[in-house]
Amino acid sequence: MSVEATPERTTPATTGSEFLAGAKLGFPVVVASAPFAFLFGALAAKNGISVAEATLMSATIFGGASQMVGIELFGQKIAPWLVVLSIFAVNFRHVLYSASIGRTLSHWTFLHQAIGYFFLTDPQFAEVERKAEKGLPVTFAWYAGMGVTIYVPWVIESGLGAYFGNLIPDPHSIGMDFLLPIYFFGLVMSFRTRANWLPVVIVSGIASIIAYKTVGSPWHVSIGAAAGIALATMLPIRNGQVSRP
Amino acid sequence: MSTTAWIILWGAVATYLTRIGGHLVLSRFERVHPRVEAALNAVPAAVLTTLVAPAALTAGPVELVALAVAGLMSLRFGMLQLFLVSAAVLIVGRQIFG
Repeated sequence: MSVEATPERTTPATTGSEFLAGAKLGFPVVVASAPFAFLFGALAAKNGISVAEATLMSATIFGGASQMVGIELFGQKIAPWLVVLSIFAVNFRHVLYSASIGRTLSHWTFLHQAIGYFFLTDPQFAEVERKAEKGLPVTFAWYAGMGVTIYVPWVIESGLGAYFGNLIPDPHSIGMDFLLPIYFFGLVMSFRTRANWLPVVIVSGIASIIAYKTVGSPWHVSIGAAAGIALATMLPIRNGQVSRP
Repeated sequence: MSTTAWIILWGAVATYLTRIGGHLVLSRFERVHPRVEAALNAVPAAVLTTLVAPAALTAGPVELVALAVAGLMSLRFGMLQLFLVSAAVLIVGRQIFG
């Protein structure tokens, strides 16, 4: 993708510096997601998926949790459409992300938008929201800088994980299962100045825990999010609260 | 092409639809009602919380300390420092206690 050749007309900063600024934000995500990329590859190999297929999955789906669920189901004898549906269910939260940042990305060209939405992961969404909240321009170069920085290692590490499947150390001792919750908690905290933040966090948290215990994963994400968002629509709207660009 | 490869590609199509779908639906409306606006502004806190809450509920003491460190660091530091320090607390804690 030739990012350098597509400058944004309205940006004060150069395309190159915007790309680097975005890349810098992608770095902690690369660190946080690297163990999962390797683990994904290793588990894929264990479930009889080839190195090429594991790499293809990371390159085309680019969504860690849904890929984990996918390979889990490949290991069992489950109808293909059900596997696709499960991937869709795990990724359903992106519908909300896309609805929200659509307001920020709408000044991009059609092609930039079509490419941009492919790279819409949890951290990418959070950083776009933070930037827009501060009233800063969200350029395609900045967005691509972050997206490509996360994407390329993700794909390569998945392939390496599948190739060197047995070299992965004990996942628990390197904190694997809890690194992403820590990262996401940091992101939750970064939105604490938003209107109704605390009530939304409390209601979403409680609803997702109840749903996790009753309905089960991955539905607790959609159910918990729906509860918090429903609350936000019912709380009184303060003046200027909705002035976000 | 193998069945697995086909499932992966259809899974990719389904995933791309979730990533572009919310925008496609919302962009059909000329004006966004203030309550819809309020709902959209709640999306980050609402969704990201659900990715933490169940894990936090089943967490042991080491994990809770790591979360507390992350919470405190969020008041002062950026995501990179926050993540590296909290992850170090988690990993060292697990080596020692568990």
